[in-house]
Amino acid sequence: MSLRPTLIKNTRLIDPAKTEVEDGAILFDENILDVGAVSGAPDGAEIIDAEGLYVAPGLIDMRVTIGEPGAEHKETFKSAGRAAAAGGVTTMVMMPHTDPIIDDQSLVDYVLRRGPDRSGGVRVLPAAALTKHLDGELMTEIGLMAEAGAVLFTNGDKPITSSRVLRRALSYATSFGALIAHRPEDPFLAEGGVMHEGELAARLGLPGIPAAAEAIMAERDLALAELTGGKLLLDMLSAAQALPALKRAKERGVSAFASVNVHHLVLNEQDVDGYRTFAKLSPPLRGEDDRTALVRAVSDGLIDVIVSGHDPQQAEDKRLPFEEAAFGAVGLETLLAGALTLHHKGDVPLNTLIRAMTLKPAELLRQPTGRLSKGAPADVILIDIGAPFKLDSDKLKSKSNNSPFDKKLLQGAVKRTFIAGKTVFGG
Amino acid sequence: MAQRPTGVKKSEARTSPVRFRHKHLLSIADLDRSEAESLLDRAEAFAPLAEQKIKKLDTLRGRTQINLFFENSTRTQSSFELAGKRMGADVVNMSVKSSSVAKGETLIDTATTLNAMRPDLLVVRHGSSGAVELLSQKVDCSVINAGDGKHEHPTQALLDAFTIRDKLGRIEGLAIAICGDVLHSRVARSNVALLTLLGAQVRLIGPPTLMPAAAERWGAKVFHSMREGLKGADVVMMLRVQRERMQGGFFPSAREFFWFYGLDEDKLKFAKPGAIVMHPGPMNRGVEIDSNIADNPQVSVIETQVRMGVAVRMAVLEALAESGANAEAG
Repeated sequence: MSLRPTLIKNTRLIDPAKTEVEDGAILFDENILDVGAVSGAPDGAEIIDAEGLYVAPGLIDMRVTIGEPGAEHKETFKSAGRAAAAGGVTTMVMMPHTDPIIDDQSLVDYVLRRGPDRSGGVRVLPAAALTKHLDGELMTEIGLMAEAGAVLFTNGDKPITSSRVLRRALSYATSFGALIAHRPEDPFLAEGGVMHEGELAARLGLPGIPAAAEAIMAERDLALAELTGGKLLLDMLSAAQALPALKRAKERGVSAFASVNVHHLVLNEQDVDGYRTFAKLSPPLRGEDDRTALVRAVSDGLIDVIVSGHDPQQAEDKRLPFEEAAFGAVGLETLLAGALTLHHKGDVPLNTLIRAMTLKPAELLRQPTGRLSKGAPADVILIDIGAPFKLDSDKLKSKSNNSPFDKKLLQGAVKRTFIAGKTVFGG
Repeated sequence: MAQRPTGVKKSEARTSPVRFRHKHLLSIADLDRSEAESLLDRAEAFAPLAEQKIKKLDTLRGRTQINLFFENSTRTQSSFELAGKRMGADVVNMSVKSSSVAKGETLIDTATTLNAMRPDLLVVRHGSSGAVELLSQKVDCSVINAGDGKHEHPTQALLDAFTIRDKLGRIEGLAIAICGDVLHSRVARSNVALLTLLGAQVRLIGPPTLMPAAAERWGAKVFHSMREGLKGADVVMMLRVQRERMQGGFFPSAREFFWFYGLDEDKLKFAKPGAIVMHPGPMNRGVEIDSNIADNPQVSVIETQVRMGVAVRMAVLEALAESGANAEAG
């Protein structure tokens, strides 16, 4: 028995392959059957009159930390799936720093089998460890794990110190076309730092992480990508200083890409003032000049992907003196509203913004989703783009509620989330 | 007068000793096409000798051959020893690892010492690329490179070419795939040079980490997939994964290497039906080659390679001894 089709009419379509929003309709069952000027709906279809609402592809969040296996008290597939569906995220790329670490094909297989089973239908794609035990020394079985279904390879939050190891991994991965994500941060410069190095850190008496820590490592990583021909994603840029190197590399035809954490597009170091540990992130929130440079880079496509950087931490790990508190913020439910801030302020065109959370990640991960085109899987979200709300982090569906957006005014609510045509949220 | 086995006479009549332009055989680049082909012809004449009751010639009677091995070797050293002895030379084996080097003698000191003993032929293996050439500059006799670091192993390439010609009747126009650890392989470097010289189309297959930079400029086509690289290949030449030369991980595990690059029946199916499989030895079974392939006489010519090695080296020793004699005469 096939799925009851759905027609969403009188809506505004945000097609990430286009530059402008268009009026129209969309018809889908498991897959998108028609989009744009849809002639009619088959008998028995659910018809949604979406006057004033927008339709976009479901979001693909390329950087989600889930506590399962190993830290189920922070987040499980189930709680992450609920949060994702509510946030319009239909695909989560799951980071490998679980316990055990995902550095073996059997664990990739475990995530692929167990994840969607428990996540309430939200797609879970495993990112596998780039080095064994994430210790930065010996590359993992990239080929076997890619065959098993790992979509990218990353060392998570631990940068690879040895240039030789990263060179070999990038080079080796080329024969499988595998994407390597690397956090550009010089661990020696960053060691002991807890926030952006600058006047505020000095005043607060907190050890800083200089922007140069990122710029130096980004330069190195890009040089290695150029040397090897490897496909490199600079994972979560935070500093304006790292952008010129990325631009130069892209202009030279290096297979280099970059992501940014949505929090770094909306917040800056001032949000840390008052020792607010919920705004303690890695990389740290940086200066306002950095934030505006990142926003411009998203707008002109230099930065390819916006991620939530979802990193659930329990209150007991956050309610500590700033230096001792854990890094990280939850973000699955606030990715869209956070990003829409830039649309409402007129900083980034809406289609560009959505593209960075749908089509761009889909292309990098070689997924058929993230599109509003005929035949694509019907991962679709219905958005009330202007709906204002004050974020109450206690109401978040995640098992952890460490959001730096807490008590902030945001706009943009997901009314309904479809995955392969099935409603997983709202409706 | 030493006895000449009768079976050889006929072959010898077809070829005469090869005249070398060079005093040494350090690299395939020392050979031109006609020299390489004459060496193979000459080796063909020597090959039946191994089947004779009396295997010895007197061509090199009175000559002294020193096998100087700075690296452990079983098959190459014994192959050169047998070749020298069958040609009638006096052969001395020196394993240097355990003697003078340990006492602090430099390569050039060793060369000077050996030179004072007035050998006619020096067969040298050394772990450093270029070391054999350096040594050749310091001695008066002919030097044969029996493998220097990751540079060259010319007699291995000659015996491989000889084996291919013996099994398939020609080299010109054949598609020959050299697979695996190309980066660390002197065998691959010599083979690409020689087989290309002889008109074959050479392909290199291996993971990008084990492929030398700009390998495509050697005149070979580079592949990172066995399926693509083996398509239509007449010869599949596997290389030894040289863990002993590796600093850090070039690939994740033997398991993954075998899955993607190890020669098994599934991957061999991509090659031309009737393709032959070669390996310079010693093999890492279950890493670069499956035992089912290595031990299958239908496809594997690995044993033939070893057998042909002696005949090829006899031809090389003879040619260099001749060129040495010419040099003295001139």
